[in-house]
Amino acid sequence: MAYEYNGTVVEHDEEGYITDISVWNPELALLIAADENIEMSDDAWEVVNFLRNYYEEYQIAPAVRVLTKAIKKKLGPDKGNSRYLYELFPYGPAKQACKIAGLPKPTGCI
Amino acid sequence: MNNVVDHDTLTINTLIDIPTLKKGAMKDSAPYVAAPEFQQALGFPGELVDDWQARAIEKFGELLKKSRALQVYMDSCVKCGACTDKCHYFLGSSDPKNMPVARQDLLRKIYRRYFTFAGKYFPRLVGAEDLTEAVLDDWYSYFHQCSQCRRCSVYCPYGIDTAEISMAAREIMDHIGKGQKYCNEILGKVHKIGNNLGLPVAALINTVEDLEEDLEEETGVTVRLPVDEKGADILLVTPSADFFAEPHVDGLMGYAKVFHQAGVSWTISSYASEAANFALFIGSYEQMKLVAERIRKAAEDLGVKRIIFGECGHAWRVAYSFLNTLAGPFDFLDAAYPIPQHICEFTWDLIEKGELRLDKSANDHMTLTFHDSCNVARGSRMGDYPGGQFEIPRAIIRACCNNFVDMAADTIKEGTFCCGGGGGLLTDDLIDIRTRGAAPRMQALQDVVTDHGVTHMVAICAICKSQFAKVMPTYGFAMDNVVSLHQLVSNAIVLDGQNVNGVEHTDLDPGSQAQ
Repeated sequence: MAYEYNGTVVEHDEEGYITDISVWNPELALLIAADENIEMSDDAWEVVNFLRNYYEEYQIAPAVRVLTKAIKKKLGPDKGNSRYLYELFPYGPAKQACKIAGLPKPTGCI
Repeated sequence: MNNVVDHDTLTINTLIDIPTLKKGAMKDSAPYVAAPEFQQALGFPGELVDDWQARAIEKFGELLKKSRALQVYMDSCVKCGACTDKCHYFLGSSDPKNMPVARQDLLRKIYRRYFTFAGKYFPRLVGAEDLTEAVLDDWYSYFHQCSQCRRCSVYCPYGIDTAEISMAAREIMDHIGKGQKYCNEILGKVHKIGNNLGLPVAALINTVEDLEEDLEEETGVTVRLPVDEKGADILLVTPSADFFAEPHVDGLMGYAKVFHQAGVSWTISSYASEAANFALFIGSYEQMKLVAERIRKAAEDLGVKRIIFGECGHAWRVAYSFLNTLAGPFDFLDAAYPIPQHICEFTWDLIEKGELRLDKSANDHMTLTFHDSCNVARGSRMGDYPGGQFEIPRAIIRACCNNFVDMAADTIKEGTFCCGGGGGLLTDDLIDIRTRGAAPRMQALQDVVTDHGVTHMVAICAICKSQFAKVMPTYGFAMDNVVSLHQLVSNAIVLDGQNVNGVEHTDLDPGSQAQ
């Protein structure tokens, strides 16, 4: 199970999450997004970049509420809500956006 | 990806119909198998062992010796058929192997073959079968289409508990190296990090600080969510989803407001930052004990006097029914309070004493109904009288809301339908069976939506909340049509010093009590 682009092979797990998070790059993100039928708009990138920064600091994706609050600050109240985030990432901002951001899948009762 | 659902098949009927059988409809539904690293972290073989048949039968024999109940369940079914139409997965999938009796027989036929006289010598006369690879595949598939909700056992005249049977089957499979990724990966995270999410302490603190900010902004009052505060009276053990997901987090903010208004000192533990105990789902007593002991250790280290559990269904079953035998005795806690206590019991006690000021009109934009979570309804109790687990949550809702309607009587309380995501099935690779399994609850909900204008369904379980938020859009509802019970409390509660419509509330005016 692997993504392939420009002659590079990147392993992923059964669900499409890359197994070595250090090999992520924006080009790979576009490939994963295409696989998920997600168009990477500027707003979608804003979310992915926030997730990556948060992960770097805390080793986990942010809570949905933390994410919406951060997006609200950056993109305004129209976009800082979970409905808009679900428009960007229909399978859930936490799981689908994490996959595109090259981060592990959050697990548990979520 | 096997998470594609054929939406055409998911129409809601007005009555819960018994479907026409579709043999083998769900035989390809199976969750991802746990990778060796997740298996070995729990002490199970990394992958299917060479002599798996012999090891499975040996383990089965061990379980039969250890659990008299399992032995009785294997022996006592008379095939009366009372359970056949009681399983939400059968009703939603039409697969006859999802009838509880058929699910049980997947294990029972092996029991007969290897553990009974008749089955050893005349297998074909008594429905006994060899343990073949095809049987193992069926086990893996259909024992992961049981949410261990125990609805079928309510209707069984012998009280056969399919949950115990599916737990035993999963325990056997773990011991031969065929465990489920979702549950086993998560149990590994609890051992390593302290919760199902894998939420490290710095992230936990960052998250609760963020919530404190929001609470202050909303109420004008400083409401704290303390982490690891030694000497606090109360340890709150809540599902880690409460820190992460919606609507769970709204419930957590509700607990914080209730604790604040009650004037008690409380804390979350970063070591035991998880109420859930997925070891129940995989039937592992050893794992269940390890997870439960984290709670005991946290309580001792922090020096608390009480333990309160947040809104989590199976956690409350483990806490209420097994915590004392798993990790007790809890003689260092204050015996004047229930050990452990449910957050609903705590809140209801305050409401009964008139110690909370509740403005019901804050929830007037909703008409609510209540989904009884299976493990709370059929595996535990609240309060000190039979049925308290049904009455107390409803009493809190009525105290906080003007508009409440129950769903049909045979779909609530002890007859409640599972949300479809319980028992370790709340994983994306099982979204098809999860969506199908939600059908009976969705039908019951649709009825009260149509007849009584219900707008929202209340739940007191992290799994129920996540499952409904995920599958309700398939049935024409919105993901935020499911709410936390303490979210309603949070909306209605007026804290001392809270500014509401320009009026600052300084002390409790009993005249404004909403009862």
